[in-house]
Amino acid sequence: MPLEAVNDFVVKFANVNGSGSASANGMFAKAILRMGVPVAARNIFPSNIQGLPTWFEVRITEAGHLGRRGGVDLMVAMNPQTWDRDVAEIEPGGYLFYDSTKPLPAAKFRDDITVVGVPLTAMCNAAYQLPRERQLFKNIIYVGALAALLDIELAVIETLLAEQFAGKDRLIAANVAALHMGRDYVAENLTPLRLRVRRADKVGDRIYVEGNAAAALGAVYGGATVCAWYPITPSTSLAEAFTGYCEDLRIEPGTDKARYAIVQAEDEIASIGIVIGAGWNGARAFTATSGPGISLMTEFIGLSYFAEIPAVIFDVQRGGPSTGMPTRTQQADLLAAAYAGHGDSKHPLLLPADPGECFEMGGLAFDLADRLQTTIFVMLDLDIGMNEWLTKPFEWDDARKLDRGKVMTYDDLESGRDFGRYLEVDGDGIPYRTYPGTHPTKGGYFTRGTSRNPYARYSEEGSVYVGNMERLLRKFDTARSLVPAPIRRDAKRATRDGVIFFGSSTPAVHEALDDLEHRGLHLDALRVRAFPFPDEVFAFIAAHDRVFVIEQNRDGQLRSLLINEGDVDPSRLTAVLHYDGTPITARFIAGTVQGLMADRTPIHEAAE
Amino acid sequence: MTYITKPQLHHPLLKPNALGFTRRDYEGSVSTLCAGCGHDSISAAIIQACYELDLPPHRIAKLSGIGCSSKTPDYFLGNSHGFNTVHGRMPSVLTGANLANRDLIYLGVSGDGDSASIGLGQFAHSIRRGVNMLYIVENNGVYGLTKGQFSATSDKGSKSKKGVINHDAGIDLVSLALQMGATFVARSFSGDKAQLVPLIKAALSHRGAAFIDCVSPCVQFNNHAGSTKSYDYVREHNEAVNRMDVIPHRDTITVDYAPGETVPVTQHDGSVLQLHKLAEHYDPSDRVGALAYLQSRQALGEIVTGLLFLDPEARDLHENLGTVDAPLNSLTERELTPGAAALAKLNASLR
Repeated sequence: MPLEAVNDFVVKFANVNGSGSASANGMFAKAILRMGVPVAARNIFPSNIQGLPTWFEVRITEAGHLGRRGGVDLMVAMNPQTWDRDVAEIEPGGYLFYDSTKPLPAAKFRDDITVVGVPLTAMCNAAYQLPRERQLFKNIIYVGALAALLDIELAVIETLLAEQFAGKDRLIAANVAALHMGRDYVAENLTPLRLRVRRADKVGDRIYVEGNAAAALGAVYGGATVCAWYPITPSTSLAEAFTGYCEDLRIEPGTDKARYAIVQAEDEIASIGIVIGAGWNGARAFTATSGPGISLMTEFIGLSYFAEIPAVIFDVQRGGPSTGMPTRTQQADLLAAAYAGHGDSKHPLLLPADPGECFEMGGLAFDLADRLQTTIFVMLDLDIGMNEWLTKPFEWDDARKLDRGKVMTYDDLESGRDFGRYLEVDGDGIPYRTYPGTHPTKGGYFTRGTSRNPYARYSEEGSVYVGNMERLLRKFDTARSLVPAPIRRDAKRATRDGVIFFGSSTPAVHEALDDLEHRGLHLDALRVRAFPFPDEVFAFIAAHDRVFVIEQNRDGQLRSLLINEGDVDPSRLTAVLHYDGTPITARFIAGTVQGLMADRTPIHEAAE
Repeated sequence: MTYITKPQLHHPLLKPNALGFTRRDYEGSVSTLCAGCGHDSISAAIIQACYELDLPPHRIAKLSGIGCSSKTPDYFLGNSHGFNTVHGRMPSVLTGANLANRDLIYLGVSGDGDSASIGLGQFAHSIRRGVNMLYIVENNGVYGLTKGQFSATSDKGSKSKKGVINHDAGIDLVSLALQMGATFVARSFSGDKAQLVPLIKAALSHRGAAFIDCVSPCVQFNNHAGSTKSYDYVREHNEAVNRMDVIPHRDTITVDYAPGETVPVTQHDGSVLQLHKLAEHYDPSDRVGALAYLQSRQALGEIVTGLLFLDPEARDLHENLGTVDAPLNSLTERELTPGAAALAKLNASLR
């Protein structure tokens, strides 16, 4: 039986990179959104500009499940290179949409799916002369055809085209004509699918935005003035978005001068060096990078820990070294970031779950960096950073002030206040600092990594070193109370089972929890939002017999951090790991957790 | 090291400058370098230059990397903020500091290990960006703190203290700085204070990337026969192309050299450099000519010193970026945070 669904199915586009499909596919997703139906769209793209396979997955979800579900109901197979695996991926009863210009042998199809052919190439060749036109309009034609097959309102797409090509009437007309060409072919030759989009009112005031752009905007609102960066996927668009927002929002009236400085540095080492120099000198500064950049920046990150210099790093996480997997998503830099440096060092991490939190934490990171005088990481990943997500609108309280932390001014120094750069004053481990150039005779100091006493004078005495290291630990403990608290979701029934998760896994975990509940499996859930872990995190673990730690890496990095920092018995934490480079799915989580619960329940009972 | 404090007694004859500071107010703590180290002479020259220029000590930020030379910022300008950063990375930290507050004077102190080996990239890039700074390399051709390894500025054929002949080509930081677009380039010798002090004064007054390569012999590891960075070798092969007096803009200019031998050059801040020619055809406004001259003399084993290139109309990084006049670190939420209304508009554009 062909699948039947309204506002609840998954469409996957298989394309060739560089064929102009991205903008057509994006328009397909946005049209559904404009019909009031939530969508979750994800790019799966190669490390390539032209020629390699690329996919775009759109989940249409009136219920608002914004994670990946798993499985494909309708495959739009536009790439001969990946035909076989694309066809194989379709759910039984699902649909295959393809370019039927060239006949294909029956063996290339499946008999448990519905095949819908539109002779796209033939139509393009008849209508257009230029190769580039044939290519680009083919994408628009299939969007028109899909609109007719799925009941997407054509007027909505026409509006989107008018917005995209505003002021270029000729282009609008040409695109609308192509759109109609696809629609008309379906109307004349085919019947609509049993997968339907129906206008709803489930989007509300939410916005549709990439996490990298949201984080960049957070940096603008958080008062960042210096950005130094080096291009690296998937973080590049964060620095570029910051540039764009600054050009719009940070120009001094009257002079047209910039209230910001952005430097594309020669490498990641120089990027973080610039950030640390600016932070030392009292400006709010950040860099955006990914795992390889963190590796390169590690010496400087350690210096910022010991010399107590504010810095913000947006780490948009991806797969391991070199090219290829790096354009896939992972949550695999947690340990590298948390403990970056040589000598004993650790750094606060903020773990946003969606672009809305990228904005909030992007702003907050600068307050925390100044307050704690250290490097703050904001840990995005490719899934959040480079995909547009439906998220709550950005909010800002105009009464909010930037928290510059403990800075002694000229007047403070002049009044005779005792200044020791590394002196414990308030019991929170955070010393006072001065900006260079503040006072002619007071408050100057020489900044070093270690080997200095509370007054910043050179010392190699062991007890002085230990005293400083103990203070740094107190400071890290202070951070625990300043970072965002975890968010708890309790099961409908009392349970001794729990899950801990973070970041981009969040929507898929919530959907999986709903699903498990339907299957009679109840789990309390805790979303960790920062490191160091607030006490609630360890209280949650203590209150459950077994806790599944769900994350997108091989080694269970969050689990390791929990065990290490909370002295947790490792047997209480069961790893649920997804790290093939695609975003984690609800089906994977529900299936894995259910399997583990079935496996472990008898053993656990026997142990009791 | 700061734990050795100096006695604070001031000689009654110490003459205060226009700001009321004596030379002592520009000093730092006692040097821990070896007796006779060229670096200490450079520290003394920096102190002298800042004193003579009437610079408020706290308005200078001094930054360094790692190595003997990078320890020296502790030994001068004790009331200035200093930053002993990581090996080879001073240029990026200085760049960031400069972006944060364009109103301070930035002095980067580095060595040949710090700038020509591990930090060659950052050296080059900070110069090509036109960071407004004085970048001094205290160049002794050797790794002192790790006891005598060749550095990348050691000349080919130069002999180490242990008798090893260097077979790698030496890096000439002056030529590199010229190629990277430095707008003030000089070379001097730690043993020639009369030449060095005016060069430091002129470089501190320069707006843009100013670079001084200062040959500074290492008495412990590179001051023997066969070295091309020893006191004796440098004295014998030092070819100064000019001498200079720096006249602050508020002073009346008096020319006491015969015309033709002296060229006045006005810098951006109004100060005038009186340049006295020593090499007949040397023109410090000609970048290409300077490069050619340096290479031809270097081939003969000569060390060309003096003001080698100057562009008095240079632009700096802030000008290129079009940043506001106020230091970025002085801006508050009023200037930086666009507010809720702007955010509402952005939200609307994202639906």
